[in-house]
Amino acid sequence: MAGRIVAGVLAPHPPHLVYAENPPQNEPRAECGWETLRWGYERLRKSLEPRDYDVIVVHSPHWKTVVGHHFLGLPHFASKSVDPIFPNLFRFNYDLNVDVELSQAIADEAKAGGLTTKMMTNPEFRVDYGTIISCHLANPAWDKPIVAISSNRAHYYFSNEVGQTEQLALGQATARAIEKSGKRALLLASNSLSHRHFTEEGELPEDMSNEHIYHHGQYLWDMHALKLMREGRIREFLDEMPDFIEQSVSECKEGSLTWLFGALGIPTYPAEVHAYGTVIGTGNAVVEWDPSRAAVEAK
Amino acid sequence: MSATLGLIVPGRPHPLLAPEQSPGWQRLRDGFERARKTLQDSDADLLVLYSTHWPSVIGHQIQADPNPTWTHVDEEFHELGSIPYSFNIDAAFAETYRDCAEARGLHARTVNYHGFPIDTGTIVALKLLDPDNRIPATVVSSNMYADRAETLVLGKAARDAADKMGKKAAFISVTALSNRMWTEWIDAADDRVSSDKDDEWNRKLLEFLDAGRLEDASQLMRTFTREANADSKGKAFWWLAAAMGQDNGYAGKVHAYEGLWGTGAAVVELIPDANAAQDQEFDEDDVDVYGGDRNVLSGSPSGSPAPQSPSPATPVAVPDPTGVRTDAAPKPVGPYPHARLSGDFLFVSGMGPRQPGTDAIPGGPVRDADGEPLDYDVAAQTRATIENIKTVLEAAGSSLAAVVDITCFLIDMDRDFATFNAVYREYFEKNGPTRTTLEVRALPTPIAVELKAVAKAP
Repeated sequence: MAGRIVAGVLAPHPPHLVYAENPPQNEPRAECGWETLRWGYERLRKSLEPRDYDVIVVHSPHWKTVVGHHFLGLPHFASKSVDPIFPNLFRFNYDLNVDVELSQAIADEAKAGGLTTKMMTNPEFRVDYGTIISCHLANPAWDKPIVAISSNRAHYYFSNEVGQTEQLALGQATARAIEKSGKRALLLASNSLSHRHFTEEGELPEDMSNEHIYHHGQYLWDMHALKLMREGRIREFLDEMPDFIEQSVSECKEGSLTWLFGALGIPTYPAEVHAYGTVIGTGNAVVEWDPSRAAVEAK
Repeated sequence: MSATLGLIVPGRPHPLLAPEQSPGWQRLRDGFERARKTLQDSDADLLVLYSTHWPSVIGHQIQADPNPTWTHVDEEFHELGSIPYSFNIDAAFAETYRDCAEARGLHARTVNYHGFPIDTGTIVALKLLDPDNRIPATVVSSNMYADRAETLVLGKAARDAADKMGKKAAFISVTALSNRMWTEWIDAADDRVSSDKDDEWNRKLLEFLDAGRLEDASQLMRTFTREANADSKGKAFWWLAAAMGQDNGYAGKVHAYEGLWGTGAAVVELIPDANAAQDQEFDEDDVDVYGGDRNVLSGSPSGSPAPQSPSPATPVAVPDPTGVRTDAAPKPVGPYPHARLSGDFLFVSGMGPRQPGTDAIPGGPVRDADGEPLDYDVAAQTRATIENIKTVLEAAGSSLAAVVDITCFLIDMDRDFATFNAVYREYFEKNGPTRTTLEVRALPTPIAVELKAVAKAP
């Protein structure tokens, strides 16, 4: 039986969301905070419940590579992840399993498609916090193995268009490898939308009276992007993505969302927006694409 | 003098983990070794690092864990192996640095968390420059939104902190020059700078540094960034120049320059040398206090909390145990404070009539832009000059009444002396400070009068 993608999710990774959840793995404690987004992740988890899956494939902008696309290549990693930007919020003891077989299969498929790839096989490697946060919020039970893919940023030397093209190709290779594997995969694109941060933090990080979008222009861009997602107009969104990235300082520059669109075959069916909210001024949305809707839309 | 040595070193892990794989990487390793010996032979008792490998968003973060210990693996070059480390961090200095940064208007905080991921660049620099942890260190992050002015203020705050604690600091910038990496796997033995253009720009920059012209190199970085894809826009050079004193007075030495995975990598030392001082360009971007948001998206949004900034009318004495600088007096036209306390006396630098903030000259300039003479009002210039001296004295906690000696410089004694003297008399009694008045051919700006004062210490 052919493998398939059970869902693709825009799954942003602000450490604030894990901090506010107070899971036992995270050292700092919070009173509350960012409920809109956290409840959005709750809705996502409920939406995923009826659809069993074998593996989570996550593309994270905080595993930064320039020489190709890297993949975790050992079956198990356990350590402590400390966010270098928000160490006061995120010091998370993780223990995760990797589907090395699928990891290698995606890397091979990408390589066959002309991309540069590398398996990461150093057992002392610390898994990046973007990967951990997106995986934790989508699946706090940590009962599924993951495939973690780095964010290649060679496009910084070229253009956003070049980066998008490469990420689309990586997404397509990911879909081909999943199909050949016979596995059911949940895909997570660990990106924010607009990404201009406030550069100061209050004494109490979860004081929500400080939380709002950094700039109205960012909000307009975020709403425009979400409108295109909700209407299934991803081809248009991809055409506009370089402008979106430039004008909203979007984290989508790092390619996770474009990778997801490539893997989903550039969806023409509506996405489900589970939540939109801001974190320290950046725009974040939890958005789900259910490929089974593609067939429904086609009828 | 707090800066005893400046170093510029690359932060990628190859010279540490795999020098044998490439002749260039080995030469960089050898360069590190020569810099290590210079450091060992110096009297440095503190290492202050700025690493472009440690980006920050929330202001400026300063490492304050007294003994960070971990095993690090580089996220890109993980196949080169792991790097166990255990460093000796001067936590007290880190706290002082934070305080000095905040005193200059920056948002800064220390980090002291077990398992904090110290960046590859810092690890490489400390392992190769001070492998025995002989000298306590700290490291400050590279804020991704900070522009040149903000980064200069961060560098000045490092110097403030070293001065305040009486440290002889080696300031170390961990940075590449050009920063265009190879995007495919290469044979290590073939590594070189990834473009001839970048290579030529790197060599121009290194000419400056080899001649000890650090401030000139700092100012060149604006152009260098546009032309050669500088590492983090050249911030590490701005920080280093500011921390070292914003001048060109160094004996420079380039210990190594090689391509490092396509980037320009150099090991450079800069030792303060009074005999090496050279002419330098006036820096129109130079500021002493950070006063606002970083203006990435056309300024602070309406409704967002506006960062606090000092009022221009309020004298701001920045933390320097003996130097006095204030925004309420005209900006110096060179690398000197408005005043300096020494022993029982406060020495005020030569002061003219220029107005703080605008540089306008009350009474008008003495010549136009083409050098043609203009009529000017020496009374207005004299009054503004003495008022500027009064402002500096008050910023230092003193007053005109404490002045014991004044040296006066006029560009036209015949024309101006009588008028100058009349205004002078408005401020100083007959039994006031001793005075010497000289005629000089010109002054650095188009003014007719300059005064230098010595006052009793406050």
